[in-house]
Amino acid sequence: MKASRRDFIKISSLGMGGALVSGALFNFTKGSILSDTFQASDSFTRTPTYCEVCFWKCAGWVYKNDQGDIWKIIGNDDDPHCNGRFCPRGTGGVGMYYDEDRLKTPLIRREIGGKQVYEEATWEEALDHIALNLKKVIDKHGPECMALFTHGSGGKFFGDFLKALGSNNITAPSFAQCRGPREVAFLATFGEIISSPERIDIRDTRCLVLIGSHLGENMHNGQVQEMSDAIDKGASIITVDPRYSTAASKSNFWMPIKPATDMALLLAWMNVIINEGWYDKEYVEKYTYGFEQLKAHVQSFTPEWAYGITSLEPEQIRATAKEMADAAPAVIIHPGRHVTWYGDDTQRLRAVAILNALLGSWGRRGGYYNPEKIALPSWPHPPYPEPKRTWRDANPGKYNLAIEVVSNGVCDATIPSPDRDCNFKAWIVNGTNLITTLPDQKKTLEAIQNLEFMVVIDTMPMEITGYADVALPECTYLERYDYARNSEHREPNIALRMPATEPKYNTKPDWWIVKQLAKRMGVEDYFSWNDIEELLDWQFRQVGTSLEEMKRIGVKKFPRKYDDLYFHEGQDVYFNTNTGKIELYSTDLLAEGFDPMPVYTAHEEPPNGFYRLNYGRAPMHTFSRTSNNPLLHDLMDENNLWVNPRVGREWGLHNGQEVWLENQDGALSTFPVKVRLTERIRFDSVYMVHGFGHNNKQLTRTHGRGASDTEMITNVKTDPIMGGTGMRSNFVTFRVENPHKEEVTS
Amino acid sequence: MRYAMAIDTKKCVGCSDCVVACQTENNVPVGYCRDWIVEVTDGTYPQLELEIRSERCNHCDNSPCVRCCPTGASHYDEGGIVLVDHDMCIGCAACIASCPYDARFTHPDGYVDKCTFCFHRVKKGQQPACVEVCPTKCMYFGDLDDPDSEVSVMLKKRKYKTLVPEAGTKPQVYYLI
Ligand code: SF4
Ligand code: SF4
Ligand code: SF4
Repeated sequence: MKASRRDFIKISSLGMGGALVSGALFNFTKGSILSDTFQASDSFTRTPTYCEVCFWKCAGWVYKNDQGDIWKIIGNDDDPHCNGRFCPRGTGGVGMYYDEDRLKTPLIRREIGGKQVYEEATWEEALDHIALNLKKVIDKHGPECMALFTHGSGGKFFGDFLKALGSNNITAPSFAQCRGPREVAFLATFGEIISSPERIDIRDTRCLVLIGSHLGENMHNGQVQEMSDAIDKGASIITVDPRYSTAASKSNFWMPIKPATDMALLLAWMNVIINEGWYDKEYVEKYTYGFEQLKAHVQSFTPEWAYGITSLEPEQIRATAKEMADAAPAVIIHPGRHVTWYGDDTQRLRAVAILNALLGSWGRRGGYYNPEKIALPSWPHPPYPEPKRTWRDANPGKYNLAIEVVSNGVCDATIPSPDRDCNFKAWIVNGTNLITTLPDQKKTLEAIQNLEFMVVIDTMPMEITGYADVALPECTYLERYDYARNSEHREPNIALRMPATEPKYNTKPDWWIVKQLAKRMGVEDYFSWNDIEELLDWQFRQVGTSLEEMKRIGVKKFPRKYDDLYFHEGQDVYFNTNTGKIELYSTDLLAEGFDPMPVYTAHEEPPNGFYRLNYGRAPMHTFSRTSNNPLLHDLMDENNLWVNPRVGREWGLHNGQEVWLENQDGALSTFPVKVRLTERIRFDSVYMVHGFGHNNKQLTRTHGRGASDTEMITNVKTDPIMGGTGMRSNFVTFRVENPHKEEVTS
Repeated sequence: MRYAMAIDTKKCVGCSDCVVACQTENNVPVGYCRDWIVEVTDGTYPQLELEIRSERCNHCDNSPCVRCCPTGASHYDEGGIVLVDHDMCIGCAACIASCPYDARFTHPDGYVDKCTFCFHRVKKGQQPACVEVCPTKCMYFGDLDDPDSEVSVMLKKRKYKTLVPEAGTKPQVYYLI
């Protein structure tokens, strides 16, 4: 193999300017992140923001102390996303600002003495360099060969930038690596997607069914709050999970299912609910299409049939079906969020959607409500040029039902292949660490090596920044304006984020970066506002408020304009599907050559001596992006490998012992992970929290702590319907000796 | 006036928000905490139970730490809140050894520190930071002498326990079970 075009560069290789670092407000060696003499006092100022530590985007207030330092962040009482209460990550968001490992100044990749290094640059130099190289790519290959990967609010500006240049290859891993299958499945069934925050009415539900959703460990704030309210009101919770999750421990029914067999359970539930006549007959009659086909289809899927597959007692399957039916329509079979598991995920989520339809929970109190948001006009700009090609042309005939750009499709189409006449040549990556976000790291790295140019914009030296041609330090959400948050909810509402303080180090907000780039690329007409305050104020005035008012209140609610929160008794409803009905039998899937009703497929089983790798979240971390945050690192500084004690005995493992992981394809974990022997996990699987095992030394706190699950995900089961990457058909075994020993000698 | 806290173990999810909110509110140095989470698992798969508790100083009615403090720095304040006067504290750590809950630590600045029930907030009629932030609203704080306070009402309505009751400390943090 020839030398790689793009060596991984350690960001400090040319040393960070001492002058830049010395701006630190506090002394970490003393262990305090705020001035020690500080006393909580009344003389504070507060500014509105919405949180950027996860996608929930809770609105809150940033408080500063009398020295003018950021002190704490507290939820905004008027915000329906958080009801005045932030989650631990949002409360600890302060640490993102204070993290001394942040990217501090623009860096440009240079070759010096045959070695690739980063050179510190001024913003002028870095922006000129980017513009020059993007122009080169556009001249040679056309603007359509540029793609944007983004996860976060600032990415919207880069999206506008790409569209202005003539590309609409704007992708977020939140589709194909996460919630994509459920959106496509619900769209096929109800003609509408679930979106975020999920339109589920947990606070008024009488029965909440969680299938692999570990609410409480994933802190989807509003949902965790409402689950707690539901517990108070005596709602029943049914949790299907091979692991005794926190949610399972709060449940009336825990169903310790054999991993990868959820579809069999869903079909058996349908069988019982239909055959016992427990479905909502009026609702099904009035609103749905294909009931007779479905009824015939599920006849063989009895609880006894499912027992052999799921290992769940038929009686438990019947009892839980009854529990749901008794609560209906105030029942929620939860649509989940990260649902890319086995490659037939759209079909599994179709089964979830169908169950909800049978019980009549869509559009009903305690089930799924009708969300609404306001139209916030965009700043006027010339029409965007029509791209000549899109990501679909690079993936001919594939994923036709995908409703967003498939990130792994873009990644695949970056690697040259004889059956494609165009490849992606330039990536802009904002706020997503693709190395740990996309499964199959080898492929991601191969794609990166084939790029002509890559810009990464991030607050932290995440692994992806080491492969960039230019790395730009954006300031954190606490130091910048962004577009207003405008998301669907029970009540339409918007939220403002404004800087609580000046950007630390030599960092800049995304809106500023994009405006500068636009000028250099000749597309400044699309960004004709002078600065973001003018843009925001104009937008706010279109909907009857102003920047001034938003600064004072942070969140503004608007009255609903369209339908009600729930369907009325006997209301005629037109669903946005081919038949105008809720499609139990999907005409869309049929037309694309897929099963119109979900079927059970057996998935791969662990080879002897291997265990299925399940992964999930911890309440104090978001993906891999928070593990270096000083406050959140303090709460959880590494992940553990959950192992059933029976398995532990077989292998002679003890609690706290470090093991390396090896998967079915021979992939080895770079770092060891400590074993946690616990009865809370099935004997056929292991579990770890995602987002650890960072191998970038510049993340000084989290480097080498815990192991990376992504390294073990090499067997990717792509969902043929929408391109989702199923990640749960990977199996690991334990290596008690360091398998990398031989390699460290040189 | 008798301040107390009731914490609903049926709702707590162990997210640690109470821990980090306390750290920012009270400027607790990284690496230290005034409150923490305990998870207790019982049984074998799949017959399992899990209790999650947010723990802190119990502001005991009969506090060994106050009794053994040689300088009087550890004292009962308004409503029975147990506090340490930083200026009087000589950092001898006798109280740390006497506490059956391991609730105290030596602050890097030399004095002994622990949960204050957020006295600085309570004085102003606010809730403690941990209570106010908890996403599951599983914590209740108030005056036990007031029968209508949330905490009194919860203790009337629900079964509860305290931690290490056999130590005779009369803890004032109650766990709803
Ligand atoms: S759920 Fe937590 S991390 Fe996510 S936006 Fe809300 S406060 Fe921030
Ligand atoms: S914040 Fe509330 S739910 Fe979270 S650990 Fe603390 S007490 Fe439990
Ligand atoms: S009451 Fe205040 S000091 Fe005590 S644990 Fe809660 S936040 Fe910390």
